[in-house]
Amino acid sequence: MDFALSDEQKQVQELITQFIAKDYPFDVREKLVKSEDGFSREFWKTFGEFGLLAMPFPEGDGGFNGGPVDLMVILEAFGTGLIVEPYIPNIVLSGHLVSKLGSEDQKKEILPKLMSGELQMSFAFTEPQSRFDLNDVTTSAKLDGDNYVVDGYKAVVMNGPASDKIIVSCRTSGNQLDEDGISLLIIDKDSKGLSSRDYSNVDGSKASEVTLENVSVPKTNLIGDEGKAFKIISQVIDLATLAISAEAVGIMQKMNELTLEYTKTREQFGQTLSKFQALQHRMVDTFMVHEQTKSLLLMAAAKLNDNAPDASKSISALKFQIGSAAKLIGEESIQLHGGMGVTEEMSIGHYFKRLTTIRTIFGNSDYHLKRYSSL
Amino acid sequence: MNLSFSPEDLKFQDEVRTFLEKNYPADVKRKMDNGIPLEREDHLKWQKVLSKKGWFAVNWPEEYGGTGWSVTQKHIFQNELAAINSPNIVPFGVSMCGPVIYTFGTEEQKEKFLPAIRDNDVWWCQGYSEPGSGSDLASLKTKAEKKGDKYIVNGTKTWTTMAQHADWIFCLVRTDSSGIKQEGISFLLIDMKSPGVEVKPIITIDGSHEVNMVYLDNVEVPVENLIGEEGAGWSIAKFLLAHERTGIGGIPHLKREIKRLREIANELPLNDGFLKDDDLFMDKLNKLEIDLLSAEFTELRTLAAMSAGGHPGPESSILKIGGTDLQQALSELFVEALGYYAHPFMSEADLASNEKRIGPDFAATAMPHYLNFRKVSIYGGSNEVQRNVIAKAVLGL
Repeated sequence: MDFALSDEQKQVQELITQFIAKDYPFDVREKLVKSEDGFSREFWKTFGEFGLLAMPFPEGDGGFNGGPVDLMVILEAFGTGLIVEPYIPNIVLSGHLVSKLGSEDQKKEILPKLMSGELQMSFAFTEPQSRFDLNDVTTSAKLDGDNYVVDGYKAVVMNGPASDKIIVSCRTSGNQLDEDGISLLIIDKDSKGLSSRDYSNVDGSKASEVTLENVSVPKTNLIGDEGKAFKIISQVIDLATLAISAEAVGIMQKMNELTLEYTKTREQFGQTLSKFQALQHRMVDTFMVHEQTKSLLLMAAAKLNDNAPDASKSISALKFQIGSAAKLIGEESIQLHGGMGVTEEMSIGHYFKRLTTIRTIFGNSDYHLKRYSSL
Repeated sequence: MNLSFSPEDLKFQDEVRTFLEKNYPADVKRKMDNGIPLEREDHLKWQKVLSKKGWFAVNWPEEYGGTGWSVTQKHIFQNELAAINSPNIVPFGVSMCGPVIYTFGTEEQKEKFLPAIRDNDVWWCQGYSEPGSGSDLASLKTKAEKKGDKYIVNGTKTWTTMAQHADWIFCLVRTDSSGIKQEGISFLLIDMKSPGVEVKPIITIDGSHEVNMVYLDNVEVPVENLIGEEGAGWSIAKFLLAHERTGIGGIPHLKREIKRLREIANELPLNDGFLKDDDLFMDKLNKLEIDLLSAEFTELRTLAAMSAGGHPGPESSILKIGGTDLQQALSELFVEALGYYAHPFMSEADLASNEKRIGPDFAATAMPHYLNFRKVSIYGGSNEVQRNVIAKAVLGL
C-alpha cells in the first residue's frame, strides 16, 4: 500500500497551485464569473497548453493516459482556487463519453479540439423529474430514415451556455425508468428546434434549460449502440462524482485555512478569536472531518483506478461523506467568520456557495446512502 | 498511489490467517464468542502463543524482538487478529512500557525488562491517573523521595486497568515540587509485590471489575528503576500517550463487530420479517460503516506517514477521537438492535455460568458494553483534551 503521489502528479499539483497564486486571485475570478461567458476562454486554452485537458484520455487519442488518481489531483488543486472553468462538463463527462464509446470518426472530430480547448461541450443527463436517477429519461429519440427526431426537456445542463455541442441522453425504447433503451446523441447547440435558456448558478457556474422540439439529428451522431448507454453513463458519472468530490476536498482544505487565519487576526473581548476554546474545538472538528473525507477520496480513487468490484459502492460512500462534511465545514466556516462570512466581499462565502452546490451535484447524501445500501 | 495488496502481502495474509486459526486456543475462543469474561491466564495463554511465534511485540524495533513488518503487514495482522475474535492484546507492557524502555532506558534496564514483556512473563499496569488529577495529568501528587539508593513512594493511583493481574506498575511520580507542575515528574517502575502496595477494585456501571485504586504507602523502590533522568517524566509521559492513542481506535475490532451486527440484523425477528427490513436502523448501520471506512483509511495514511517519519505525534489524537466516537456509536447500535432485550442484567458470574441467557444470545453483553464504553472518550486523555492537543500542536492555536 502506498499513499504517495508520483513525481508527475506532484508536478501537476504544483503547476496548478502556482497558476492560482499568480494568475487566479479571488478578484480575477470574480471578474470572470461576472463576464459574458462566466469563465476565461484564454485560461481554458492555458489549461490545454498545460496538458490538463488531455490528461485523462488514452495515448492513442492524443492524451496522457491519466487515470482517476490523476483526475483527483487536478480537481483537488482546482478546488483550492475555486477554478470556475468547466473542466467536469467538458473533459470528465463529454470527453469520457466520446473516448469510451465513440466511433473513430467521432473521436477524431471531437477529442483533439476538446484537448486543445477550442471546443466546448456539455452532457445533458438530467430532467426536471429525474433528480439523480440516471435511468429516468423521458426525452425521446425516434429514428426516421437517417435521422433521429428528438423531443424533450433537459434541466440544469452544466456548461450549457458556452457549449458548441451537447451530448443528450434520450430514450429510444422502453419506459421512463428502464435502464435499457437509453441512447446518447451528440447534438449541435445551434440545431433547429433546440432552444436554450441560459443562466448563472449561485456558485458562479453557468447552466441551461434545454428544450428539444422535433430536432433532427444525423444517425451518425449516436455514440455507442442504440439503447445500451446506461452502463457507460453510470461509469462516467461515477468518475465525475470522484472528480467533483476531489474539488470539494480542495475547497474544504482552503476554507479551513481561511477560517484559521481569520480567527488568528480578528479580535473580540480583548483577544483573538483563536484563543477561545469553544472555537478551537470546532476548528479541530472541521480539520478532522477534512482529513477523514480526504481518506475516503483516496480510497475511492484507488478503487476506481483498480476497477475494483466495489468501486461504485466506494464512490457512493465518498459522496455521502462529501455531503455531510461539506455541510459541517461550509456552515462552520461562515459561522466562525461572523458577519463578514455572509458578505460578498470575502472569498469565504464564495467557497461556501460552490461547496454547497457540490453537495447536490451527481447525488446528495441521501441518494448516495441509499445507493450504498443497495450495492 | 496504490492501495491494493501486493502478491507478497496476500501471501503474508494467508500465512497469518492459517497460523491464527490453527493456534487460537479453543477455550479462549469459546469465552470470547459467548461474552464470558476472561481470566488472567486466558490472556496469557493466548499472548504466549504469539510470543513464541515472534508475533507479539509487533511494533518494536527488530533488535529488541520486533517483527520488522511493513505498515501494510501490520495492518493485515491486526485485521486477522480481530477476525478470529481475539481478545484485545493487553497493551500496558508491549505498547506502552516497552517503547518507553527501549527509547529512554539504560542497557541494563533494557536487558532486565524487555525480554519479559516480549515473552509475556511479566504483566504490567499503568500508574498515571490519581484521584485529584484526571485530564490534568501533570497535577499528579504521588511523591517519590530519594533516600540513599532508594525512592520512598507515597500516593494513590486510580483507574488502574487490570492492576489485580499485574506484576509490575509503571508510575509517574513527583520527585520535585519547586517548579511548574510539568517539571519534577519522574518515570518509575515499581514491583507490585513491594510492601506497601495495595490494590482495591472499582466496580464500573456495567458491573465489571476492570479498574482499580492502587495505594502506595512508603513503598521502597531501588533508584535503578528510574527511567531516564529524574524530572524527565513529563516528556516520557507524552511520548507514551502518543503511543497509547494510536491503537486506541480499535478499528480492526470495529470492522469485525459491524459485520457481526449486520449478520444479527439479518436474523433477528422483527414483526413478520427481520431487523434488516427497518430502513432507519439500516441507515444508521450503513452510515457507521462509511465512517469506519474513513477512520480506517485515515489510520493507514497516518501509519504510512509515520513509517517514514518515526514516532506517532499529535496525529494520534485524531485517531483517538475518531475511533472512540465510532466505538461508542456502534455499542449503542447493538443496544438499539435489541429493544427490550437490552435490559435484563447478567453479572460476570452469571455470564461465566452455564445458565441459559435471556433473549437473543448476544443480548447479555450489549448493554454492559455500551455502559462500559462510556470510558473510551474519557480515558487516554479525554476527547476534549485531545482536541486541545490538536488545536495547539497541529493548528498552532
